[in-house]
Amino acid sequence: MSNLIKFKIDGKECMAEAGKFIVDAAADNGIYIPTLCNMKGVKPKGACRICSVRINGRLMTSCTTPVADGMEIESNSTDIQDLRKSIIELLFVSGNHFCPACEKSGNCELQALAYRYQMMVPRYPYEFPMKPVDASSPRIIKDQNRCIFCKRCIKTIKDETGRSYFVFRNRGHKLEVVLDEEMGKTINSATAHLAMENCPVGSILVKEKGFDTPIGKRKYDKEPIGSDIKL
Amino acid sequence: MSKKITIEPVTRVEGHGKVTIHMDAQGNIQQSRLHIVEFRGFERFVQGRPYWEAPVLVQRLCGICPVSHHLAAAKALDVIVGAGTGDGLTPTGEKMRRLMHYGQFFQSHALHFFHLSAPDFLFGVDGDPATRNIIGIALTNPELAVQGVMMRKFGQEIIRATAGKKIHGTGAIPGGINKNLSIEERDEFLKGADPLNADKMVSWAEEALDFFKKYYFANKDFVDNFSYFPSNHLSLVRKDGALDIYHGVLRAVDADGKKILHDVDYQDYDKYIEEEVRSWSYMKFPYLKEFGKEKGWYRVGPLARLNTADFIPTPLAQKEFEAYKALTNGKPNNHCLHMHYARLIETLHAAEMIRELLNDPDLLGDDLVIKGEKRKEGVGLIEAPRGTLFHHYRINDNDQIEMANLIVSTTNNNEPMNKAVNNVAKSVMTGKEVITEGMMNAVEVAIRAYDPCLSCATHALGKMPLELTFVGPDDQILDRKRSH
Repeated sequence: MSNLIKFKIDGKECMAEAGKFIVDAAADNGIYIPTLCNMKGVKPKGACRICSVRINGRLMTSCTTPVADGMEIESNSTDIQDLRKSIIELLFVSGNHFCPACEKSGNCELQALAYRYQMMVPRYPYEFPMKPVDASSPRIIKDQNRCIFCKRCIKTIKDETGRSYFVFRNRGHKLEVVLDEEMGKTINSATAHLAMENCPVGSILVKEKGFDTPIGKRKYDKEPIGSDIKL
Repeated sequence: MSKKITIEPVTRVEGHGKVTIHMDAQGNIQQSRLHIVEFRGFERFVQGRPYWEAPVLVQRLCGICPVSHHLAAAKALDVIVGAGTGDGLTPTGEKMRRLMHYGQFFQSHALHFFHLSAPDFLFGVDGDPATRNIIGIALTNPELAVQGVMMRKFGQEIIRATAGKKIHGTGAIPGGINKNLSIEERDEFLKGADPLNADKMVSWAEEALDFFKKYYFANKDFVDNFSYFPSNHLSLVRKDGALDIYHGVLRAVDADGKKILHDVDYQDYDKYIEEEVRSWSYMKFPYLKEFGKEKGWYRVGPLARLNTADFIPTPLAQKEFEAYKALTNGKPNNHCLHMHYARLIETLHAAEMIRELLNDPDLLGDDLVIKGEKRKEGVGLIEAPRGTLFHHYRINDNDQIEMANLIVSTTNNNEPMNKAVNNVAKSVMTGKEVITEGMMNAVEVAIRAYDPCLSCATHALGKMPLELTFVGPDDQILDRKRSH
C-alpha cells in the first residue's frame, strides 16, 4: 500500500502503484485509454500513438509513460479525441481495410476503434496500396495491405527457441512485416491462430478460417471496445 | 430528319442504364438499345483473394438480392471444399440456406411488385408521373403500401435470422452455414403478432396475386399483347421437374415447350452457354452454344421458371400455377407482362416454403458444416429472384482465387430486354411527332417487367431523373425532356 500514489485523469482523483504505465493505471481506475500496438505482457513501444494523452501541456504516449505522484493527465478533451480519431482515419486510408469482406470484421481492434470514435468517412485521401498478399504458407495469409506495423506479431509469435515467425523487411516507405518463408512452412495450427488473434487488424489470416463465427457473436458485436474497463 | 431518343437513366429499376431509340425521317424505329453504363469489375478484383472471402465479397454486387450472390458463391465453394455439388450439405446447412433464399425471394419479389411495378397498374402506364410511384400508392391505397412494406420486412427478418444481417450477412460459408435457427427465432416467425408471421404472409401473397389477376382480367388485351415475343426459356429445375430455386439441374425449353437443354449438370454450364460481347454495352449477351447467337438467346426469371418447371411443390402455388398454365394451354408463356403474374405465384410459393421450412426441426440442428477432398474449381448456380445466376471460381495452390466468372440474372435477360424495348418503341412511338412521358414510361414498363438489376446495386428510389433527348443526324440536340 505504501507504493500507492495519487494522480488525476481529466480531473478525477485516481490512485495507482508507482511506476505503472498511465494506460494501465487508468484502467485500474476504470478509465479507458485506447491502444492498438500495446499488448499486456509485452514491453510497450508507443508506435501507434493512439493512446496519446496531455501531461503538463505535452502529448505523451500513455503506454510508455509511467504515472507519477501528483500528475495531472488530460485524456478525454475534444482535441485529444479528435487526434485519436485522425490517427484511426490515417490508418484506414493508408491500407486496404475493406471491413465488409474481412474475416477479422467484428473482432478487429482498428474497426472497433473506428466505431468507438464514430469515424464515418476519413478526412484524408485513400492510398489504395498495391502490396503483395503472401499466401505461400500452408497455414497463414499475410496481407501487407492491411498491416499497421504494430509489431505485436513480431514480439509475441515465436517458436520454442524464441525465434520470431514474423520479421521486418526493407526500410522507410518500403518497410513491411513478413512471415519468415522457412518458418512459415512449419508453423502449427495453434500458433497460426494465435498470430491471427494477436494481430489487431486483418493482416494475418488463418487459411480456410472464414466467417465461421456468426454476426452477433463476434467480440465487438455487443459492446464497444474498452467496455471491459470499468470499476 | 432522323432522330435519336435517349432515356437516361431508366427509373424504378435496380441500377443505372439508358435506352436509345433511333428514328428515321419518317418516324420509323430503326434500332432500340438498352445500354448498361456501369462497370463493376468484380470478376477481376476477387482474383488473389482467399477463396472463402468470395461469398461475402461478391455479394456486395447487390443491395437488393445479395443473398443470391452469397449463396451462389457459397455453392461454388462447396464444390471446392469437397462438400459435393449442391446436395451434399448437412440437413441443417442446406435448409438454413434454403430458408435464407426463400426469405430473400419473398422480400425481393414484394419490393418489385409493390414499390416498382404496382404504380403502373394502379395509375396507368401514362398516369401522372408525380403520383405514379410508391408515395402515390401510400396516399391512395395505404393498406396496399403497408402490405408491401411489411412483406418486405418479414423477408428481411428471415434473412437476418439466417445470415446475421438483413443485408450483406455472412451465414453461408464453404461447406455449410455458420448458425442454426434458435427456437425463439423460429417461434417468432411462426407465431409472431400479426402481420409478421408466416400464415399472414401466405394470405397476403394470395391477396397480392388476386390484386394482379383483377387488373389482368380487366386489361387482358393490353397485358397479353404488350411486348409479346416468342423466346427460349432457361432455369434450374429439381431433378423431378419441380420448381426449385436453390438447387437442381439446368433445363431450357423453346417457345413451343420443346426441351432444348435436357436437365444437365450445371458444373458443365460452359459446355452449353457462351457469352457475346457487344461494343455498346458493359453487359454481355449469353446464348446457348448449340443454337448460336441468333437463335440461342433465352429468357430467365419468373416467366422462364414457370415455363421450364413441370409443377410447383407447394399446394396453393401449384393451384395458381395450373390456372396460369391454362391461359396458354400448357404451352410456354411468352407474354412480357405475365412476368408479374409468374412473379406473384413465386411469391406465394416462397411464403409457403418459408412456413414449411420453419416447421422442420432440422433448422435447429448443430451439424452445420461438411468438408471433403478439396478441388480446384467449382460452379454454383442458383435461381435469383431475377433469374439464373452463375458463379464459377478456380483457385491456385495457395487457396487464392485465380479465375472468377459470373453470369448474373439480368445478363441472361439482356437480349430479351433489348427485344422488349424495341417492340414497345415500335408500337407506341412509330410515326409520332411528339414523344410523351407516357410513351417513355411504356418503354420502361417493358424493362421493369424483367425486374432488372442493372448494376446489381441499389439506387435511391425516385431520385433519378428520366431524361429524353432528341438528337439529329449530326448529333445536334433538337429537344430535351426531363422528368423526376
